[in-house]
Amino acid sequence: MSLHTLSIAELASGLQQKQFSATELARHFIARGEAHNGLLNAYITLTPERALADAALADARLARGEGGVLTGIPLAQKDIFCTDGIRTTCASRMLDGFVAPYDATVVERLAAAGTVLLGKTNMDEFAMGSSNETSYYGPVRNPWDTARVPGGSSGGSAAVVAARLAPVATGTDTGGSIRQPAALTGISGIKPTYGRVSRYGMIAFASSLDQAGIMAPSAEDCALLLEVMSGFDPRDSTSVDVPVPAYSKQLTPSVQGLRIGVVREFFEGGLDAANAALVKAALQVYVDQGAVLVDVSCPNMGLSVPTYYVVAPAECSSNLSRFDGVRFGHRCEQPKDLMDLYKRSRGEGFGAEVKRRIMTGTYLLSAGYYDAYYLKAQQVRQLISREFAAAFTQADVLVGPTSPTPAFPLGNQGDDPITMYLNDIYTIGANLAGLPAMSIPCGFLQGLPLGLQLIGPHFTESRLLATAHAYQQATDWHRRVPAAYV
Amino acid sequence: MSLTRRDVENIAHLARLSLSDAELSVATASLTAILAFVDQLSALDATGLEPMAHPLPDQVQRLRPDVVTETDQHVKYQANASQLEAALYLVPKVIE
Repeated sequence: MSLHTLSIAELASGLQQKQFSATELARHFIARGEAHNGLLNAYITLTPERALADAALADARLARGEGGVLTGIPLAQKDIFCTDGIRTTCASRMLDGFVAPYDATVVERLAAAGTVLLGKTNMDEFAMGSSNETSYYGPVRNPWDTARVPGGSSGGSAAVVAARLAPVATGTDTGGSIRQPAALTGISGIKPTYGRVSRYGMIAFASSLDQAGIMAPSAEDCALLLEVMSGFDPRDSTSVDVPVPAYSKQLTPSVQGLRIGVVREFFEGGLDAANAALVKAALQVYVDQGAVLVDVSCPNMGLSVPTYYVVAPAECSSNLSRFDGVRFGHRCEQPKDLMDLYKRSRGEGFGAEVKRRIMTGTYLLSAGYYDAYYLKAQQVRQLISREFAAAFTQADVLVGPTSPTPAFPLGNQGDDPITMYLNDIYTIGANLAGLPAMSIPCGFLQGLPLGLQLIGPHFTESRLLATAHAYQQATDWHRRVPAAYV
Repeated sequence: MSLTRRDVENIAHLARLSLSDAELSVATASLTAILAFVDQLSALDATGLEPMAHPLPDQVQRLRPDVVTETDQHVKYQANASQLEAALYLVPKVIE
């Protein structure tokens, strides 16, 4: 039995039945992390001592018969979530030495459930990127082909799960940062409805788009974690006070009569024929199970990327103004005056892509341009949201590819920011409209995994997870592990 | 619309970012490309569309009671500051 290829439910059952202890489980994953992180660079910080302390607590709880399903389950946290007493970098030089003085709500909830923290995962700097190449700590390598990127921004979380260095990892998704890396590494990942999971203690990039979620091999694994992470938090002013269903109890495998909306615009234009064929083959699995395919259209979907690249940089420029070199974060040497302190601390602390987005946002919000860009983008955002809402009158879930291509080689996308931005062409729409969306593995192109994207109306995480689960009952793509990590 | 190097210097100043000469050249080209890209939006007639201020319909910003909920943890919070004196953040002299 390989502990690292068991599902969360199987791990929970093994822990409850004393087949192995939480400490044994933690040691197994600590050893895997230490063995493989040198090549993959998927963790920024490994926390073996914390993991063993968490595991000892979990074992004590289990011995008292007090443990829940997640008690003793190891996990990795994206390094965007503040962890009390543990370095939290957001993959930026700006926060290289930052030790968070408090836990993010996501961290707090998962710890309270008895999970074991293995480490903090690598990511694009401040979650700005789609390849994990903007990290101050260097790129993450894709376990399926280490000359290729894992996607981003949650590339480290994707890689640790794909290589089974952790059973599950948290992620965040502002424009596709959970779904695209999940697709490129052959795992499942869900971005819930905006407001579903608290953003408290999650370092902000674009506050009206950012949402935390979870990445794991299967939809069932995701369901078990998401139901614990989700819920109202008064410390996040955009947290929504809507009850959280027990997602893992609602994984009915039947999709009989489910109306699956095939979004026409997702299959037009640049989509590679082989990628489209994989998605169509996945849809056939649903048809075979009794689902009904419906042709739907969101005519202005193509404007989602330019809309995003107004809204996200605008919010980024505002959020990242907190990094001033005074209270925390990088401070330059020998500032000659306060202006010099601000400018050099920020100039040295931020990487190229982060500076690019701060400047883009600063320009778009500056006097004389606000109406033409930001206000206009918010109007287009409304339009795209309405088109989604209209599509949901015809369909229960919408589907399409997650990513235009499989994982690309490291360093391949050069200096043209637009090429990189277009990686998120299929994922950004859900963020603009605040919709829950998920990616599940649906096959391989030349040995590299690709994902099927499912998008639902607000607060239909149960439906998305059940729809994904039904597919995973009929297929085994989500169980595939790269040969070097079996 | 094409940005000049001077435009980008001004943006960098507004954003409080120091940029090297090489960074300025790259930024001038890439910001020009990004603006051309987002300018696609100008072709759309958005008359009558309410700007979307929140991703969920009918959500309003919640207010909390105006009461103190935080305890004094300044020592912990200031542990990340690079220069402190008597629990005050030190910066270069502002007033002569």
